[in-house]
Amino acid sequence: MIDIEITEEDNISIISVGGDVDASSSIHLDEALRKLVEDSAVKYILIDCTRLEYISSAGLGVFMSYIDDFKTKNIRMVLFGLSNKVMNVFQILGLDQLLYIVPGKKEAKEKLHEVQS
Amino acid sequence: MKFNLKVYCEKTRLKDIRDFITEKLKAYTQDELEINQMVLAVDEVCANLIIHSNYCNANEAINLEVEVNEKGVIFEITDQGKKFNFKEYKEPSLQEVVKARKKGGIGLMLVQRIMDKVEFSSKEKRNVCTLYKQFSK
Repeated sequence: MIDIEITEEDNISIISVGGDVDASSSIHLDEALRKLVEDSAVKYILIDCTRLEYISSAGLGVFMSYIDDFKTKNIRMVLFGLSNKVMNVFQILGLDQLLYIVPGKKEAKEKLHEVQS
Repeated sequence: MKFNLKVYCEKTRLKDIRDFITEKLKAYTQDELEINQMVLAVDEVCANLIIHSNYCNANEAINLEVEVNEKGVIFEITDQGKKFNFKEYKEPSLQEVVKARKKGGIGLMLVQRIMDKVEFSSKEKRNVCTLYKQFSK
C-alpha cells in the first residue's frame, strides 16, 4: 500500500510518501512527481519520506527518471525523513550522491536555497 | 530450515513475498538493514519474473523456497515463464539510466550488490534463480 499526499508550503510543493513503493505502487509516485514537473510554476519540491516504510528499484527509478528534467526545467528537489532502512537502499547504488537527501524538513528547506544559489 | 511460498504472477503479491521473507529471517538475524536488503533482492527478482517473464499473468505462478540456518540463506525462485539470459545481461551505468529517463533497469544491479552469489538457470520449461547470502554477524 502506498499513500501519497501533495501539499504546498511557502511556494514549495511537498510530496509526502507513506507505505511501500514497489513495482506495484511506484506508478502513483510517478504520477504525483510528473504532475509537479509538468507544472511550470513548480520550482521547489520536497519529498517527505517520514512515513515511507519500504522502497524498491521501481521507486528509485522514478526519482532517477526525473533528474534530467530537474536540470532542464530548473527544478530543485530534496528528500528528507528517510529511515535507516530506506536510506540504505539509496546508498547501495550510490543514489544518495545523485539526489539531495537530508535528515529533516528544516534542513531540506535550507538545502533548497543552498541548491538554488 | 526450509520454507516455501507459491504466489500467482500479480504485482500486488510482492508484499506477501516481502512479509514472508521478513518473518522467516527474523528468527535468524536481528539486523534490520540486512533483512531489508535480502527482502529487497528477492522482491526485485520476483518483480522481474512477474512482469517480464510472466507478463503479470495471474494464471502463472512463481515458487519461492527459502533455506536458512544461522550462517546464511539460500533463496530459490522458480517459474515457467520466459527465460532470462543472465549471460547476456550487461549492467548499465547509473549515468546511462539517468540519461535514458527509464524507470527500470536497476533492480538486478541492487540484487548483485546485495547477494554473495546470483545464478540463473533454465532446464526445459523451468527457470530457476538462486540467491546466496551469508549473514554478516
